[in-house]
Amino acid sequence: MIESCTVAELEQLELNLLLKTIQERYGHDFNDYARASMIRRVKKYMETMGVSHISDLIPLFLHDGRAFHRFVKSLSVVVTEMFRDPDVFKTLREEVVPVLKTYPFIKIWHAGCASGQEVYSMAILLEEEGILDRCQIYATDFNDDALKTAKKGIYQAENIALYEKNYRLSGGSRELSDYWVSLYDAIKINSRLMEKVTFANHNLVTDGVFGEMNLVMCRNVLIYFNEQLQDRALNLIDESLCPRGFLCIGRRENLKFSQIRKNLEDVSNRLRIYRKCIS
Amino acid sequence: MKDSVAERKYQAVVLGTSAGGINALAFLFSQLGEDFSLPVLVTKHIGLNDDRGMLRVLSRQSTLPVKVAKDKHRIQPGTIYLAPAGYHMLVEENDTVSLNLEAPIAHSRPSIDVLFQSAASVYGPSLVAVILTGANRDGADGIRTVKAFGGTTIAQCPRSAEMGVMPKASLDTGCIDYLMTLEEIPAYLDGISCV
Repeated sequence: MIESCTVAELEQLELNLLLKTIQERYGHDFNDYARASMIRRVKKYMETMGVSHISDLIPLFLHDGRAFHRFVKSLSVVVTEMFRDPDVFKTLREEVVPVLKTYPFIKIWHAGCASGQEVYSMAILLEEEGILDRCQIYATDFNDDALKTAKKGIYQAENIALYEKNYRLSGGSRELSDYWVSLYDAIKINSRLMEKVTFANHNLVTDGVFGEMNLVMCRNVLIYFNEQLQDRALNLIDESLCPRGFLCIGRRENLKFSQIRKNLEDVSNRLRIYRKCIS
Repeated sequence: MKDSVAERKYQAVVLGTSAGGINALAFLFSQLGEDFSLPVLVTKHIGLNDDRGMLRVLSRQSTLPVKVAKDKHRIQPGTIYLAPAGYHMLVEENDTVSLNLEAPIAHSRPSIDVLFQSAASVYGPSLVAVILTGANRDGADGIRTVKAFGGTTIAQCPRSAEMGVMPKASLDTGCIDYLMTLEEIPAYLDGISCV
């Protein structure tokens, strides 16, 4: 009976229909993304388009590929900073890097690199520890626009004070400004750091294993997935880790329910840094 | 009215606060009955590394268990969940919390609007949203959404609040059902938890 449909139920129904439309029209499967964040993104997009119902986006996306593309672009907009969670980078520096130093060649994967601040934070850390030349960093995202931003390595200067504070707390001992060039109200990361990074499109939802990595950074990416999709992504990451490789996920992310937890020993469970057991 | 508050079955309480909020939350949690059966989800504006201190203070005062939320934490009855510093906290339809890193709202991440709006989408009329003391207008849009989805809304009486700006902003939306002093709120919540 239509009258018994609550606003909340109607919203869920509309979202289901929209996601089904997207899947059939463009092949993108967003059904296993975390619902609550997805609803926010959809509503934010509705505001920019000036429409009042989620279902208004169905005809729009069906007929206007560009409108859909803009929506996808908005999906991976995250607001983050360099050396976010300084104590994580401190522990990487003190406990993970010494192990990495024993390898002749080191492969590091940033899965879901978004706008790239963390990739460059890592490159700086590796440079200071003297192993950047032996490292190959892969930075991937499913979103080409995010990759483009990351590749440019240009960030607004307004957050510099926070970056510098984080950097010092993470155990950095130089001047962070040595690693970029200032351009009026922006900074551009030095090309020396950028040379060691390969950017590529990779989708944790649909793509497969990614090389044999010594360290995988996948922080605050899984939060956008539901539990099933998290499990899929974590399995893929596990298979992409070399024996005794390291994994670092977001501070408030949760491995408790994942099948791969048993394959991992703690470097620091509090900071979500793990190391693959010998299987 | 068929759906009177007296016979409504509530599923969750969401609370939003900023400046002055620790004292207000500590008082409120010390007054809730030990058999309080609803989950309580709290967004309090905090600095980047301050959630452990907040957890310590509130755990000491609270009659109910208090946790800093992790992504995909299952929401348990009679448990208080605090939004972690640096993330927005949201409610998912399968009774879990999720986190995200979208832009701060009113300079704050976690944001009250984000929590309230996502909870409204999931709980609809079975939600109670409470705005306490605070110094900016985060939460006002959230209150509007909770109301639009049929939930119940409460603001701490701005004059009795340590900082009145936040409850006043919510009141100004015209979407507040009840205006209460801090002292009145726990008894009301205990009442709806028993229904």
